[in-house]
Amino acid sequence: MATEKHSMSMSKKRTIVNTLSYIVLGLISIIWILPFIFLVLQSFRCENTGIVNYVFPKSFGFDNYIYLFSAETNFLQWYFNTFIIALFVCVLQTIMQFMMSYTLSRFRFKLRKPLMNVMLVLGMFPGFLTMIVLYQVLKTIGLTGDNAVPGLILVSVASSGMGYYVSKGFLDTLPKSLDEAATVDGATKFQIFYKVILPLCKPILIYTVLTSFMGPWGDYIFASVIAIGSETGLNVAAGLYTWLSAAMISDNFTHFCAGGVIVAIPVMVLFMFLQKYYVEGVTGGAVKG
Amino acid sequence: MGNSNDLEMLKKTKFQRFGINFVAFFKSIPQKFKNLGLAIWGGLKKLFWGFVNFFKTIGLTFWHGDWKTKVSYFVMGFGSIARGQWLRGILFLLFEVVFFVYMICFGGSYFSQLYILGTKEQIIDEATGAIVQQGDNSFNILLYGVLSLFFIVAFIYTWYLNIKQNKIAEEILKDEKRLDTAKDDLRAIVDKNFHKTLLALPTLGIVIFTILPIFFMVLVAFTDYDKQHALLFGWVGLDNFKQIFTWTAGGKSFSATFGQILLWTLVWAFFATFTNYFLGMLVAMLINKKGIKLKKLWRTVLVFSIAIPQFISILYVSQMFATDGLINGLFDGIARLFGNNNFQPIDFWGDPWLARITVIIINIWIGVPYLMLVVTGILMNIPADLYESANIDGASAWQQYSKITLPYMLFVTGPYLLTSFTGNMNNFNVIYLLTGGGPINTEMYGNAGSTDLLITWLYSLAVNEADYKFAAVIGIMVFIVVAVVSLVVYNIIPSTKNEEEFQ
Repeated sequence: MATEKHSMSMSKKRTIVNTLSYIVLGLISIIWILPFIFLVLQSFRCENTGIVNYVFPKSFGFDNYIYLFSAETNFLQWYFNTFIIALFVCVLQTIMQFMMSYTLSRFRFKLRKPLMNVMLVLGMFPGFLTMIVLYQVLKTIGLTGDNAVPGLILVSVASSGMGYYVSKGFLDTLPKSLDEAATVDGATKFQIFYKVILPLCKPILIYTVLTSFMGPWGDYIFASVIAIGSETGLNVAAGLYTWLSAAMISDNFTHFCAGGVIVAIPVMVLFMFLQKYYVEGVTGGAVKG
Repeated sequence: MGNSNDLEMLKKTKFQRFGINFVAFFKSIPQKFKNLGLAIWGGLKKLFWGFVNFFKTIGLTFWHGDWKTKVSYFVMGFGSIARGQWLRGILFLLFEVVFFVYMICFGGSYFSQLYILGTKEQIIDEATGAIVQQGDNSFNILLYGVLSLFFIVAFIYTWYLNIKQNKIAEEILKDEKRLDTAKDDLRAIVDKNFHKTLLALPTLGIVIFTILPIFFMVLVAFTDYDKQHALLFGWVGLDNFKQIFTWTAGGKSFSATFGQILLWTLVWAFFATFTNYFLGMLVAMLINKKGIKLKKLWRTVLVFSIAIPQFISILYVSQMFATDGLINGLFDGIARLFGNNNFQPIDFWGDPWLARITVIIINIWIGVPYLMLVVTGILMNIPADLYESANIDGASAWQQYSKITLPYMLFVTGPYLLTSFTGNMNNFNVIYLLTGGGPINTEMYGNAGSTDLLITWLYSLAVNEADYKFAAVIGIMVFIVVAVVSLVVYNIIPSTKNEEEFQ
């Protein structure tokens, strides 16, 4: 009898704990999802383009979206700029990063440790510091302002070898015996790279492509400096930011919401498809430091 | 700490051990300085012998070398070409030609002015606005001077390589062995020297786009480059750094502002890191708890918020907290419900302390999903039998957490915590897009605001105030703070020391 009573109270306790857990999880989900639902709702608001303190629009409509695609704004130009930047950056940055991490992971050479230490130390400087110089240099070769797109690609890609940590962590887990076996079979270093290791690196390559594609969509700091003083050279982050300035917000807040939705959709779809690789990369990267 | 008291260490709690490690670290500082001194001395000795060797090789090779080698001292690569290694030879020669053309036509004049950064002021005729006298451009002098300096170092090194090539080639020929031909050199690109091939482009990018600019900005910290000296500036020595330590009460002193912003940066980094860490862990454990269904759904909801570009969510949430935004609307509605029709909107971004707290809370919303992902992966790696035996022993949930989960997590994620702390110190996006650094504090130098981090202050000094000299000083200070924090933490956290503990 006593044991039955004990197990009864145990199961009762468990139900209470589980119910509480579900309530908390439900609350969390609401808190994390709600702002995005608000964003979407406000993007359909027609009666007023500024900030309001209520959620449901009084009149629904596509006015804000129509505005984005009209000739009144440069939104499409910004969108196109960002897309081009993201496309180039994700290809070139993946190549640069992979070359760096592959070398540091698979080869042992005299300057390996010094090179890693130099990159570690350089990483401790705020990255923006270099922008002050790079802006002036890009200005003299005419890659700022309206022509900021190639300038931004160049700046984002050039030093990307420094972000080698996550993919090196992945490469370190591939056994050395693969290389050795291939060497015994007479493969050159290039053949080992191309035919043995590269095919195994699909997950980490997808992770790198995904993160470096998403980077430019959210890059404000570099874009705002390199495209300074230009209306057409901005990317979406720097462009939409201008709409929220004190002078423009009352005319443009709902436009910002609609723009945000249009920016978020492709990135989100891509991300949801490749989620698995992202999660693997993130956890792997954190554990290896 | 010796090995003799390991047993005693194990008897202590985690916190006591942490405390002991902490004290031991500071006790060991004199020893560390001694080691550092010894390392520097050793490095200097090595450098000295390196120089001696350098000149010895140059001298002896010239003395003993044949005429091909001797000509190579002036025409780089001549020896290699004459011995049939034409590919290397041509590359050497090409480099020499490019170097001299650059120095004579362009870099040399800048390099020679590097010590003074120009003297001629630009004079503009005030009546017509025409430039009467074209002044010196200090920025260009400094930039191309530094570039020339890098080039000269690279040239000397290549010149030395060229001489060593000759020496090696002569030795190989003396032993009557075969020299590497151009074909061999080409093959080495994809085989023996494949690592150099792979590294060439990434390191070149880093040298030009990171090392050169950082070197330049470090130099700018020793000049008076700002709005008043936009074209012609000069060296001022340590004056800018002295400003950090000269305390002038009141006014808009640089030192007071710097101190305040540094303090807030550290406070922010601490809270941003640990609130995210513990709440993220909590959420992950909740989702992974036995008996919770729809795990995938809960996780997807959170991951969904990572998928949306950060600037959109941050900017939108920042507007939600505006005086006429949704949050105040919600409060107003609640107030009306209780019969208060006279609700005064809360100015979340207007009050310094309220803004700081709001920023930290919103950062939880931004960071927790990411931490949840990181933690989930690690939680699954904790051996399940640890929990099973804890259950049999009747350990409570809290005991299981504090004795198994937390130590394991701290051990595995120690380095990650460190990088996320320094990452938060430089978390430009969250602060700048939420508050823009504001509310602006009129007591502070250069329009700094109450939520400004060093990095956002650096941004506004450079972009809005054109105060490059102080921007450079702040950049260097950020580097120093990050380096010191990393060094201290890296020496204390267990992950880097007792690697065997959990294996």
